[in-house]
Amino acid sequence: MPTSGSREVAVVAFAQTQHVRRLDDSNEVEMVMPVLHEVKASLGVEQRDIDFTCSGSTDYLAGAAFSFVQALDAVGAWPPIAESHVEADGAWALYEAWVKIQTGQADTALVYAYGKSSPGSLRDVLSRQLDPYHQAPLWPDSIALAALQARACLDAGVTTVDEMAGIAARSRRAAAANPFALLRSSEEPDVLLKEPELASPLRKHDCPPITDGAAAIVLAAGDRARELVERPAWIDGIDHRTDAHSIGVRDLTVSDSTRIAGEKAGVGSRPVDVAELHAPFTHQEVVLRRALGLGDGVDVNPSGGALAANPMMAAGLVRIGEAAQRVMRGEAQRAVAHATSGPCLQQNLVCVLEGGT
Amino acid sequence: MSTSEVLSAPLVLEYPFRRTVGVVQGAFLTGLRDGKVLGIRTTDGRVLCPPVEYDPATGDELTELVEVGTGGVVTTWSWEPEPRAHQPLDRPFAWALIRLDGADTTMLHAVDAGSPEAMATGMRVRVRWADERSGSITDIACFEPESADTDPTPPAPLEHPTDEPVKLIETPARLEYRFTAGQATTRFLHGITEKRILGERCGVCGKVYVPPRGSCPTDGVATSEQVELPARGIVTTFCVVNLQFYGQAMEVPYVCATVLLDGADIGLFGLVQEIPFDQVRMGMRVEAVWVDDEELGPTMTNIKWWKPTGEPDAPYESFREHV
Amino acid sequence: MGKERVAVVGVGQTKYSATRGDVSLPGLLREAARNSLADAELTWADIDAVVVGKAPDFFEGVMMPELYLADALGAVGKPLLRVHTAGSVGGSTALVAASLVQAGIHRRVLTIAFEKQSESEAMWALTLPIPFQMPLVAGAGGYFAPHIRAYMRRSEAPDYIGILVALKDRQNALKNPLAHLHEPEITFDSVKDSLMLWDPLRYSETCPSSDGACAMILTDEAGGDAATKPPAWMLGGAMRSEPTMFAGRDQVNPQGGRDCAADVYKQAGIDNPRQDVDVAEIYVPFSWYEPMWMENLGFAPEGTGWKMVEEGATQMDGDLPINPSGGVLSSNPIGASGMIRFAESALQVRGMAGEHQIDGARVAIGHAYGGGSQFFAMWAVGSQKP
Repeated sequence: MPTSGSREVAVVAFAQTQHVRRLDDSNEVEMVMPVLHEVKASLGVEQRDIDFTCSGSTDYLAGAAFSFVQALDAVGAWPPIAESHVEADGAWALYEAWVKIQTGQADTALVYAYGKSSPGSLRDVLSRQLDPYHQAPLWPDSIALAALQARACLDAGVTTVDEMAGIAARSRRAAAANPFALLRSSEEPDVLLKEPELASPLRKHDCPPITDGAAAIVLAAGDRARELVERPAWIDGIDHRTDAHSIGVRDLTVSDSTRIAGEKAGVGSRPVDVAELHAPFTHQEVVLRRALGLGDGVDVNPSGGALAANPMMAAGLVRIGEAAQRVMRGEAQRAVAHATSGPCLQQNLVCVLEGGT
Repeated sequence: MSTSEVLSAPLVLEYPFRRTVGVVQGAFLTGLRDGKVLGIRTTDGRVLCPPVEYDPATGDELTELVEVGTGGVVTTWSWEPEPRAHQPLDRPFAWALIRLDGADTTMLHAVDAGSPEAMATGMRVRVRWADERSGSITDIACFEPESADTDPTPPAPLEHPTDEPVKLIETPARLEYRFTAGQATTRFLHGITEKRILGERCGVCGKVYVPPRGSCPTDGVATSEQVELPARGIVTTFCVVNLQFYGQAMEVPYVCATVLLDGADIGLFGLVQEIPFDQVRMGMRVEAVWVDDEELGPTMTNIKWWKPTGEPDAPYESFREHV
Repeated sequence: MGKERVAVVGVGQTKYSATRGDVSLPGLLREAARNSLADAELTWADIDAVVVGKAPDFFEGVMMPELYLADALGAVGKPLLRVHTAGSVGGSTALVAASLVQAGIHRRVLTIAFEKQSESEAMWALTLPIPFQMPLVAGAGGYFAPHIRAYMRRSEAPDYIGILVALKDRQNALKNPLAHLHEPEITFDSVKDSLMLWDPLRYSETCPSSDGACAMILTDEAGGDAATKPPAWMLGGAMRSEPTMFAGRDQVNPQGGRDCAADVYKQAGIDNPRQDVDVAEIYVPFSWYEPMWMENLGFAPEGTGWKMVEEGATQMDGDLPINPSGGVLSSNPIGASGMIRFAESALQVRGMAGEHQIDGARVAIGHAYGGGSQFFAMWAVGSQKP
């Protein structure tokens, strides 16, 4: 029996776009379509073989109400399909799809997510997530908020600027092996630390790149998964929790919601080989590692993580896909994937993937 | 198509959002207007400032408002070297979480410290009141470092003092985007610049879409085979719009019709003019009325409207499957 | 259906009005959530997960507002999901919440849908500018009116059918103290003489713009059995989507709606919808959608839905009452309207609909649609366990 749910459900396919700083030659539909084709073609399935479809995206990024409606054109939703959408990162769309399969009403699910951050000013757009009475009217930008959390972590001795630079360098160098990432190399940490602060105490290297991109995953249950691929990446545990909204009431040096989700997903029950953590800012990787109890032996963000490519609304789904892919390739036996949403790690999802037949 | 060829255009979304605030937030904002800061007490005695209606820890409703100090401690801070529009200050400033005296939680705001060297976790700051206060978080213009040398400036008297509690705040928001038309729309718009209407055919089902949408929605594949269509067709259905609203570009009443061009498999929206609106009917044959040549550009508005051709209406049976 | 039975043990709604000026955004939600907890005789601590639904965030100008609202919904430390499927969202939100129970993942789920659209303007938020185009389609009414014209042509229905629906729903609303529009003076002629907004739709045949929230508490079978008040039992639920526009699409009688209904009926063992369903709360934002949906939902053969209206079959004393609550035509906080339909159907089979109760209602339908008539969410609930 898996840790979460009672049906065995696995990731059986994953595809993502070549993530870029700005995709000026395509709109969202054109960006998503190749990824949907690829993920279905890799399994030799068509839309009619998919029992449930769920996507994640946000109107505010595109500057269009109901933007996800147009994206449906890329799916081929005819005859009519069982389909839903969350106004959140695709990791939560995957969760909804996983739940659907657990009900027994579906055996396969297609999950996709996309976000073009380039059309708007992301820092201004994200300020619209904040408390509309006390915070949003001040237009605090997302980097400033992350910087507040970073300083709190430095003051508390949770991390150091050296460690943060080390995380930036390690992540972007690891991304050299990831053809889909945007930033795929890095200077040495001591060179990075010579740069001026961008938003004290954060430097540019501590921050994620603005990215346009999309991703898709196919889930399948039990024997259906085994029919589709050699080595499904089984979702042994999956859970998500939220903390209080305001950064003024939380302890920014810890992530309770990540800790709880990790416990419910059973992270600590067996050794973890690989962890794909959705940490757009370097200091957040430290906070998340601690919350999940990941030791030094865990390979964190071999894909480069969100520091190498951060397609909003898809970055969390990409973490699940990257972790699953390593399991499917036999490169890891047990992987943890994490996704986050909201200011300074407010809401967190944790997924544990395991290899095996 | 290269990046430089795909069309894009600015898109501005703005609205003066009006938020009613309820009793608790209303009291807090009224306090700010009147030059004091209120927090709210939880059942276990902690004071949250800014106040919230519902305890994040327990979900309980909170009602006991208490005054807190206008000075407090910075618990963490950051630096904004290039302030953006609408932010509290237009010269570089610090963002900070500030725990006011008597409160157990922190408020996010700006500190006019002058330079990052003047900021430190644990330093004391105090409110600098805005001259004009209306009952908003911006009644606190910003915070400033506490100084032994100078006293805090008391809040300026209101120009129009009132006892009315604050019930509403206006929080205008303007976001600017760059809208990318995408490749299919760009192809279409290039065509229409030359008064050519270019639909696209789906390679799987063979249907011709105009304006092309980049993908055939039923097959989920890109359309790309261009099919030139005449600027004439029939009205399959329509409505007469008689509603004015914020941002409405058209003068009412006007007829918004679905026009099925000859050779297309799907209709496009268009304005119908040069006929009294109550004489427009389903099946009516129409043709495009273009702007003058020197006004042509990559935009659907090259077609000002559709006018009746005077030909006999298409029989209902001939288009009923489209409607 | 899934493995675990789902019971609706609490329903809570706000008073709907054009502007809920007395509350903040969290205050609006709390009112509905608190009412649902009180109805269920449960506390915040009893809730395992929260599922929130609402329509485009531009309505309130807060991006992903469920993040801000987590505290108000007692969701700190719990799973929180946000569904957005356009106008059907209230319904699909309820179905996502139900899935959590059906799958055995959570035992008690709070689901809530809302809109405080007075913070902006519905017409502005629905008609945001798109470059390279002229904004011709003026809001939802402007989109649907041409399809109504097409239905009228197809069915050759007399042109007053829409007026009858509007009159019925607004009169029903007089028996629902929470409804936004209370028009005791309304008559056939007052509807007919009201301003044409999007010909053929008149002002009085059009849904209002409302602030409001609606919440339900869903539990597993044990929770349903333990409830002191009668629960509503979920008999079936389904979602279907189809693309907005494609060649040959039937926008008047969409396949997606028909498939969705067929799936729900199959799950619920409903063989003859007209006979087996006692009352239906369906999404009718513009009058003519009632006869159209009568056909789409299989209550009337194609082309004859309007006859049900004319005969009075859909009146509260007819053989298939539709929207005894007053429906979307009487209250329309867009993100919540779908859930209100689901909640009202549950109230009916619990016998708790007060003055607008349909006597003996044992099987009820809740239905929502959204987008360009392309997203459908529907459930069937009953007074008896399936």
